[in-house]
Amino acid sequence: MITAGIDMGAKNIKTVILRDGKMIGKSMIPTGFDQAESARKGLEAALKAAGIELSAIGHITATGAGRKSAPHAHSDITEVGADAKGAIFRVDSARTVIDVGAEEGRGIKIDSNGKVLDFAVNEKCAAGAGSFAESMSRALEVTLAEFGEMSLKSDKHIPMNAQCTVFAESEVVSLLHAQTPKEDIARAVCDAIASRIAAMARRVGIEKNVALIGGVAHNAGFVTSLKRALDCDLIIPEEPEYMGALGAAVVAGERIDNGGK
Amino acid sequence: MGVYKSEPLKSWAKAKELRLKYYKDYREAHKKGGIRWTGGAWAFDAIPAGLGRDVYNITGEPYGASLAFDKPLSQECMEAAEAKGWARDLCSYMRNYWGSMYLNKYAFGGEYPTPDFCYQDHICCSHGKWYQHVAEYKKIPYFCIDVSVGPYKDLDEDRLMFVVNQMHEAIEWLEKVTGRKYQDDLLIEAVENEFRSTSTWAEICLLNMARPAPLDEKTMYSLYVHGTLAKHSKEVADFYEELRDEVQYRVENNIAALPNERCRLMSDTQPPWGFLKVFRYLEQYGALSVGSLYTFGLIGIWETKPDGTWGPRTTPMQKGEKITTRDQALRLLADWNLSKPEWQHFYDPDLKTEMMLQIVKQWQLDGVLLHLNRGCEGLSCGIMENRLGIAEAGVPVMTFEGNMGDEREFDEKSVMSRIDSFMERLDLKMLESKARA
Repeated sequence: MITAGIDMGAKNIKTVILRDGKMIGKSMIPTGFDQAESARKGLEAALKAAGIELSAIGHITATGAGRKSAPHAHSDITEVGADAKGAIFRVDSARTVIDVGAEEGRGIKIDSNGKVLDFAVNEKCAAGAGSFAESMSRALEVTLAEFGEMSLKSDKHIPMNAQCTVFAESEVVSLLHAQTPKEDIARAVCDAIASRIAAMARRVGIEKNVALIGGVAHNAGFVTSLKRALDCDLIIPEEPEYMGALGAAVVAGERIDNGGK
Repeated sequence: MGVYKSEPLKSWAKAKELRLKYYKDYREAHKKGGIRWTGGAWAFDAIPAGLGRDVYNITGEPYGASLAFDKPLSQECMEAAEAKGWARDLCSYMRNYWGSMYLNKYAFGGEYPTPDFCYQDHICCSHGKWYQHVAEYKKIPYFCIDVSVGPYKDLDEDRLMFVVNQMHEAIEWLEKVTGRKYQDDLLIEAVENEFRSTSTWAEICLLNMARPAPLDEKTMYSLYVHGTLAKHSKEVADFYEELRDEVQYRVENNIAALPNERCRLMSDTQPPWGFLKVFRYLEQYGALSVGSLYTFGLIGIWETKPDGTWGPRTTPMQKGEKITTRDQALRLLADWNLSKPEWQHFYDPDLKTEMMLQIVKQWQLDGVLLHLNRGCEGLSCGIMENRLGIAEAGVPVMTFEGNMGDEREFDEKSVMSRIDSFMERLDLKMLESKARA
């Protein structure tokens, strides 16, 4: 049985193809302005990687902010539902899932079957999402990858006062002018994001094990800060940015079993 | 095709007519030599009724909500308030109201009808300052009753008299500013009407325990509003009794608000008035909101019955008590209002959680939607503690951010997406006709 999941994210569209539960193809394409066209390209790329034709796929489920406009999708599932399924598929001991993407962060409580028991989403605030880290790395004139690694070199805790990404950028500039080392500023930013994410996750309660997914999980500095903020270990599955799409592909399989519903 | 039969509410046309008449009467009051006053929906509006049968009021919150429903006008009002230097995080009803005043635009046509006086009570910080500003801006007299006497369960003689004494002072003040002689018989009539209307509204809400629910909350907003406009009036009391009879008929004949009812929810705080479509969106899942502490308990007055359930509070008249003096009327009025469910949570979020869980149990609900209302510090007070309490009780609960009166603070797409996730959580799919083709 071959299924596919398409995660129509705000920044990137991720596609995953599964055959009998194993990933045989995947792709990541910038979303751009024409979501549907980008999704088509993403699906083509994933099919090519898998070495199969579109007709071989039994069911495609879309998720993400743009899920209703995903071409070829037979069904859709919310990001919360997809994250839950993706996380439990890879981390069967996960009971709390934290997803930090480009624009949204989510805290999800799940049971052993990946059923959502409770969830929280960051309200209108990019200060708890990946775009904040990107914006700050630009302010520090480093790449995102360097930004995360850099923060690990700091042993100072400098609280950021700004709640908002716009003001935080001004605050970073002020810190630079005050000759604050970039490593310390990078850590302050990671701590700030982690603190917001941790507060959001606590709304649903932290039950071990805690799985961290989403693109921001690649940021080593943020991961360390989040572990500190939650005071617990995190399990990060391989390719965390694909977990939403993976979850959607898993759901596609369940829907084939239920007659497409 | 639905599971239950449904039909439009026969009282709907009268509800609309009454509401428009209320706003027209207020605007036209001076033409008939009458009095106009402004204050909050929680103000003891039965008291100014003792000045005569030509006394008309405009209550600020429903007026602010009416403005919010008119998005372009509300935007103008908000911008007018901000241009004066008021912060965006202030009460959005208040900013809408002030904007209407600054722009000299009445939401129901014509110029903003300047009141003769402001008469209010301090239910929250915003209400305290709201009419003070109106009075200063319009150079009119202002009287305010301080009602911070704690939750009803702690009410004692001293606390009651703190409010009653101010009510007596209010009457003396009203006589002075209007030059009219106060008529106690009109006060008593108004007080009895208020008991009748608020107890009957509670009866109507109680009927929504039926499955299928005869009313949906979106419809209830257009009905409960009369209690926020003029709960002391005979018109509202009579209308609610008519409405109750119709709703009773709907219950007896299984007439549903939502033909496909399969999930019962409650909401919380004022809704985002500019986006009531949220409730219609829920219906696409067969889910309806049957009410809330806000809809039930802001106008409805309740009591706990011997079997532990909530029921309409027994009125003094139903107990056979005859009101004969001003003091007796004021004492009963104060006690009645201070028992208002929605009043209690200002003091302790746990009290609100308790009440919400009572509603969940008694109305047999499947979940709760909390509107994190940025426009109302009062009703949002402690709401995250409420969320925690409800979740800990095992009741599915979701939150969404918005603003009752400032549509700029409502992200429709994000809220609908949140609802989708919550419906998934409740194992509900969109009804076939509305699902993805």
